[in-house]
Amino acid sequence: MASLKALKIRINSVKSTQKITKAMKMVAAAKLRRAQDAAEAARPYAERLEAVVSSIASKVEKGPQAPKLLAGTGKDDVHLFVVCTSDKGLAGAFNTNIVRLARRRADELRAAGKTVKFYTIGKKGRDQLGRTFKGDIVHSVEPGDLGKLGFADVQDWANDLTARFDAGEFDVAHLFFSKFVSVLTQEPTEIQLMPVAVAEGAETVTAGASVDYEPDEEEILADLLPRNVSVQLLRASRENAASEQGSKMTAMDNATRNAGDMINKLTIQYNRTRQAAITTELVEIISGAEAL
Amino acid sequence: MALHFELVTPERLVRSEDVHMVVVPGTEGDFGVLEGHSPMMSTIRSDATVEIYATPGAAAEKISITGGFAEVNDKGLTILAESAA
Repeated sequence: MASLKALKIRINSVKSTQKITKAMKMVAAAKLRRAQDAAEAARPYAERLEAVVSSIASKVEKGPQAPKLLAGTGKDDVHLFVVCTSDKGLAGAFNTNIVRLARRRADELRAAGKTVKFYTIGKKGRDQLGRTFKGDIVHSVEPGDLGKLGFADVQDWANDLTARFDAGEFDVAHLFFSKFVSVLTQEPTEIQLMPVAVAEGAETVTAGASVDYEPDEEEILADLLPRNVSVQLLRASRENAASEQGSKMTAMDNATRNAGDMINKLTIQYNRTRQAAITTELVEIISGAEAL
Repeated sequence: MALHFELVTPERLVRSEDVHMVVVPGTEGDFGVLEGHSPMMSTIRSDATVEIYATPGAAAEKISITGGFAEVNDKGLTILAESAA
């Protein structure tokens, strides 16, 4: 049986842990609101861009002269997984879920005889993937606070990725991130980043009318496709930022509740021990008095 | 008698309103868009200014934007810019 003093110390320590997790939960809740707004604000741009890209892409001939970002390299031997995670932990299974999906897909592709390489955005993803795929991480970025990422940061990564694609380092790029569904649910998601996946039969905003292109389709497309890559990355980061905070909030809420349970249990134990000590003392006094 | 105009950046939806005319700085020259403009698509010069005329004869409201493109369709004019200020 632990001594009274030890129990008291234990209770106090759990109490201060609870204070920390409670504060972290509140911080996450505040950040979540901002991240969610940012994720929603990025949506109109992404949606419109996607509509425009598919409407032009359906008009441009898929031939050897078509931009590489649209037509692909003609092979699918080397796959690049762009895995977006966060730099910090303490967010429940947020990072683990993304990594797990990436790892499963990597195993599938490996089994089919393809080469898989990784491009990690976020320290946690790099660390977790590094355990199994150490030599296959071609590059890793540390984004810092996901909520503060702007278009400019994302564009640097997109340019880097596009350059690698043009250099023929890989044939297909997949983007892994966690989609924000609600505070309780975040869904690890995979989308194809390069070549640009065009939804077939997504016939178009401008259908039926003849559209003037200025300069011409090819040039607009050449301008649009790299931008589409940046926008997808931005969208992934925004969704990730919201998911991270949501996940963190849930995790910290659980931690606070667990700490509360533990405090209750320890308090009961403390009281019982105190009672036992008092009873023993009383018995000693009474039997001492009787002996006289 | 109004043109539906939207200016969108990756960060947010900057404008969504009905206006009289918008002058778009296209790569191959500025062009004004009124209601009922024929469908077209154009890239935008970098570091250019969009002029928005809320009503005929009103003073132009100028928004400087960088990079992007403009699309005119039967629903109106949409400018997708990298940034706007």
